[in-house]
Parts: sequence; structure tokens; C-alpha cells
Amino acid sequence: MTAAPVIVATAAPVAGKVRTLGRWRRLPPKAKVGVVLLGFFLLAAIVGPFVTPYDPSFSSPNPALSLHPPDAAHLLGTTQSGQDVLSQLLVGIRLTLELGVIVGAVATALSVIVGVTAAFLGGLWDDFLSLTSNVFLVIPSLPLLILLLGYQPQRGQLATIVVLSVLGWPWGARVIRAQTLAIRNRDFVAASRETGERTWRIIVFDIVPNEISLIAASFVNTVLYAIGASVALAFIGLADLNSWSLGTMLYWAQSQQALTLGAWWWFVPPGLAVALMGTGLVLLNSGIDELGNPRLRDAARALRVDGHRQRPADPTPVLSASTSQRGPAGRFLHQFSRASLLDERRGGKR
Amino acid sequence: MRFILRRLAFYLVAAWVALTLNFFIPRAVPGNAVEAIMSKFPNLQPSAYRALEAMLGVGHPGSLWHQYVTYIGDVFTLNFGTDVLQYPAKVSTLLAATIPWTLALVGTATVIAFFAGTLLGIIAGWRHGGWLDRGLPGLMFLQAIPYFFLALILIEVLAARLNIFPVGQGYAGGLIPGWNLAFIGSAVYHSLLPAFTIVITSLAGWMLQMRNVMITTLGEDYVVAAQAKGLPSRRVVFTYAARNALLPQLQGFGLALGFVVSGAIIMEIVFSYPGIGLLLLNSVSADDYPMMQAIFLVITFAVLLANLIVDLVLVFVDPRVRAGEAS
Repeated sequence: MTAAPVIVATAAPVAGKVRTLGRWRRLPPKAKVGVVLLGFFLLAAIVGPFVTPYDPSFSSPNPALSLHPPDAAHLLGTTQSGQDVLSQLLVGIRLTLELGVIVGAVATALSVIVGVTAAFLGGLWDDFLSLTSNVFLVIPSLPLLILLLGYQPQRGQLATIVVLSVLGWPWGARVIRAQTLAIRNRDFVAASRETGERTWRIIVFDIVPNEISLIAASFVNTVLYAIGASVALAFIGLADLNSWSLGTMLYWAQSQQALTLGAWWWFVPPGLAVALMGTGLVLLNSGIDELGNPRLRDAARALRVDGHRQRPADPTPVLSASTSQRGPAGRFLHQFSRASLLDERRGGKR
Repeated sequence: MRFILRRLAFYLVAAWVALTLNFFIPRAVPGNAVEAIMSKFPNLQPSAYRALEAMLGVGHPGSLWHQYVTYIGDVFTLNFGTDVLQYPAKVSTLLAATIPWTLALVGTATVIAFFAGTLLGIIAGWRHGGWLDRGLPGLMFLQAIPYFFLALILIEVLAARLNIFPVGQGYAGGLIPGWNLAFIGSAVYHSLLPAFTIVITSLAGWMLQMRNVMITTLGEDYVVAAQAKGLPSRRVVFTYAARNALLPQLQGFGLALGFVVSGAIIMEIVFSYPGIGLLLLNSVSADDYPMMQAIFLVITFAVLLANLIVDLVLVFVDPRVRAGEAS
């Protein structure tokens, strides 16, 4: 009898480790690839600027180092003015990812504020806020961004962050408003209201925690939008062209004819970095989607029964059983999926 | 009918918001076209300021309300002022010369990408786990590449190295634009690579969305019932599943259009295509504000119009919209 607590105490950490491993193994391959890709870039962004071999802005006076192909001294070659491409890339990843994360955080915060406010105030306010977000969804953002940024006297990182954040919230706000409308009619919110909780407490402690999943998904999407838009803006010259981001690297590569000069090492690395970051984010999002909605998974293995591949329309009791028997990790991750929205709609009043 | 009227009212509001933003942004932010010119030519006398204002029509005489009314009137009569960069030319004339190029290229390519992507999405959703479905992550990578970057790579490989396509421009040098076979052939030939770029970068997005909706729809009872009745697969897929899955797809088309078009216009720059993109690049680098503003309005109105068309199509395609359930 006295030995029992000891066993429990030693068993718990082991079980925890196994569970973490199991959780990782159960992630869809898409999500795994996404996590690894993003982890790599995050690492590059954090460590990169400290390990740059050269000053990214330093132009080598040596004419032999102009447009030098990759070699041991310059792993990714040099630009036309003899700057080290690898150093620019490392600093650029930092700047671009930083911008993406900050815009993601600010815009998502805005969308939570607008979405929850609209759903809670209802009536005229709701109509007004919904109309505003729908209008800004339908107005193409890039030309508006160009106009806003074009009129800025300084087109630095801060101005870009502000402008992107101001225009980045409508999509999230729309989704969060719908979710809030579904949640606010649930019993536990009604119970809180009956016990005399103030509205702001209900919002902060009852509503928002139940929307963490959606907020996370909208954050990932906003980061994707911010990186894409900032790179495009920098590419047409609407950025601080003296700083090194992936977009400004591409701008200089394009404006100094890297392509015609055959200097692939100059424009391929920044573009590839943007593409891989974007792929990581898209994969993460759709992988999370699949985890929650088993129907979307790669069905090559799961749906082959006795050598016959099951058509999606076939009744598949195996799938529905596994949906209801989600483990704690599955349930947690299910919240992040788009499919969890369907759960809410079926249960709650819209 | 009520649905269409409601949507029409919504787009009118959106258009008004865009117009109003376009009116207030220059007035809220310090710096304008005149100051940009003044700083570019330091030997101009300060007295030239008024003259430049009058010349470019960017001075703001009268009350704010009066300016606003004049501005709205100008927009409706397509008077966007005088261009700063190519000075005596009217902004509207310059735009009119470039819009057909962009409309033909971006419009056609986007519509092709949408239909191809939707069709592939239907197949990938139906043959869930098949080879097409498994190739999806690769397509996602293509989707994440910035348009202009893919364009750079394609030019380098297909045009500069392999000489299959021209490197850029809208038509071969030496030809005079006109409705003759040589010119049209050259224009089509020059638009192939840009169009291809737009199609392969935007295809994956439509495909993924359609596939996901298809898979969800295929699990619905009415699809199972249709299959149980012994209907041929083709009919189950297209008439029962795909038609129902099309509603979110079409709505998504409207919303994503602005994004796709913006990306495609940036891509034009890489090809030195004589469309709006090049105009935009030049106006940005020269602080050509009247042009930037006009381009914003043109792109916005084009996207709003396309959205309205999508809504009209929705009414015909989906009886649920007609019944007013989905709005």
C-alpha cells in the first residue's frame, strides 16, 4: 500500500513523455512538415542576425567580389555591389518574420475586439461593425495598402506594420463574430449572467477562452497575409529600402537586373525563403484542420478495406467511431479545426 | 430578387467607402504630389508651388464638402486629373491604354485557374487519397510562392535559357498595335507565360477549397442516398455533390479575387507587361499620387463588379440563395 504513491510519482513523467511523443506521432504529416519548416525559420530569425558572416550592407570594394557565385567564403554568393547574400538573407528572415508576427498579433487582437463587440452589442452596432468588416473584405487590400503607404513620408518597418494591421482584421472579425454569437447563447454563459457577472468578465473569462482555437487559426492566416503583402509592397519599392527584409532583397535583385545577369543566387534564396515560410504556415493550418476533421485526411491507408478503396460517400463507421473517441489531445486540437465550427452550429442557436 | 438588391446596395456602400477613403487619405497625410515635385527639383522657386497645384489640379480650394462633391463628380466623369510622371497626359488616357491588357491577361487567367482548380478539386475530393489528392502539398508550395517570384524563375528557365517564350513585353518590338493577325498573334504569344504563372499559383487555392468542401459534402446523407439508388458516379459527383459544394467555392471566389488580382498585377511588373502593374510601379517610384489613386479606384471597382457578377451567378446556380437561406 505504501508503495503505490511512489509508483504513481515515477510513472507520471514517463507517461507524459510518451503522450507528447504520441501526440507528435499522431499529427498529420502535413502539420509535421509545417511545424519543422516554421521552426527552422524561427531559429534562423532568432539566431541568424548574430551569426551573419558579414555586415549585410557592406559593399566590398573588390571588383572580383561583384556578383560572385557561391563559394566557401560567400556561401550564397554576392550581389552586384559585393554584399554577402547569406548575411542579407539571415537579417531579412528576421525582419520579415518579425513583421509577420507583430502584424498577426495586432490584427488578431483587433479582430477579437471587433468580432466580440459586434456579437455582444448586437443591433445597430452589430450591423455597423459587420458591414464595415464585409466592406473591407471586398475592397482589394493591396491597392489600398499601396495608397496608404505611398502617402507616408517614411515608409519604414513601423509604417508597414501599422498599415497592414489596420487592414488585416476583417476576416478574423467575421469568423469570431459568428462563433461568439453561437457561444453567447450557451448555458454556461447564461449561468454566468444569472449570477450577476459583469459583461466584460463574461467576455474575458467565458467567451474568449472558448475561441482560442479560432483566434490561433486567424493568427496563422494573418501572419501569412502580412508576409505576402509586405514582400509584395517591398518588391514595388514601398518599404525602407535601406533595411534588409526578404522583400527589399527581391526589390534590389529585380531593380539591378539580377535575372538578366544570371545571378540566380541573388534572387532565388529570398524568394524561396518566402515560399517555404508560406508553405509552412499553409501546411500547419490544413494539418490542424485534418486532425480535427478525419474526413479530410490523406485516405490512402485508412480507407482501403480488404484491398477495396472506399469512396468518400460510402458509409464509414470506422471514421465516425474514431471521431467520437477523440483523446484529450485530439479534443484539444479539434478546437483548432475548421470542422469544430460545424459542431457549434449544429448544437447552438444561430 | 431581394437578394440581388441587397447585394447591390452592399456593393454601392463598398464603392462609396472606397471613394471616400480615396478622398480622405491624401488630405489626412502630409505630403502631396506638389511637394514631391518641389523636392525633386530644388531649383524651383517657392512661388511655383501654386502654379504646380493649379497645373496638376491637386490644390484644395473651397470647403471640404465642396471639394468632396467636386471629387465625386470628377470620378463619375472619369476625370482623374493630370499625370505627374508623364506630365501633360491625362491619368484617364494612360489608364485606358493599359486596362485592356490587364483585363485580358489577368481576367482570362483567373477565370481559367478558377474553373480548372474547381474541377481538379472535385476530382481530388472524389478520388480522396488518389494520386491527385496526394500531390496537393506540392501545389500548396506553388501557392505560397509570391507570384512575381515564380514569374522570375519561369522567365529565367523557360524564356532566357530555353527560349520557348519571350522574356517580357506585351508584343514583339516593331509591331504596331492594331487588329491585325500578326499583332494579335504576338500579343497572345507574349501573354502565355504570364497567364501560365497566374494559373499555377492560384490553382492550388481553388483546388484545396473545393476538395475540402467536396469531402464534407460527399458525407451528406443525400449523396449516400443518391449512390444507394444506383445512380452513375458521374451524376452523383457533379449533380449531387459538386453543385452543392459550389456555393462556398463561388463565395470564396468573390472574396479572394482582390487578392489574386493584386498579386497578378504585381507579377505584370516582372514581365514588363504593358498593363496596370507597370503603371503602378512607375507611379509608386515617382510619387505619382493622382495615378496611384486612380489605379486604386479602378482595381476596386473591377473587383466589386466581379463580385456582383459572382452573386448573380450564385442566384442562378444555387436555389438556396434564391430561397434567401444563404446570404
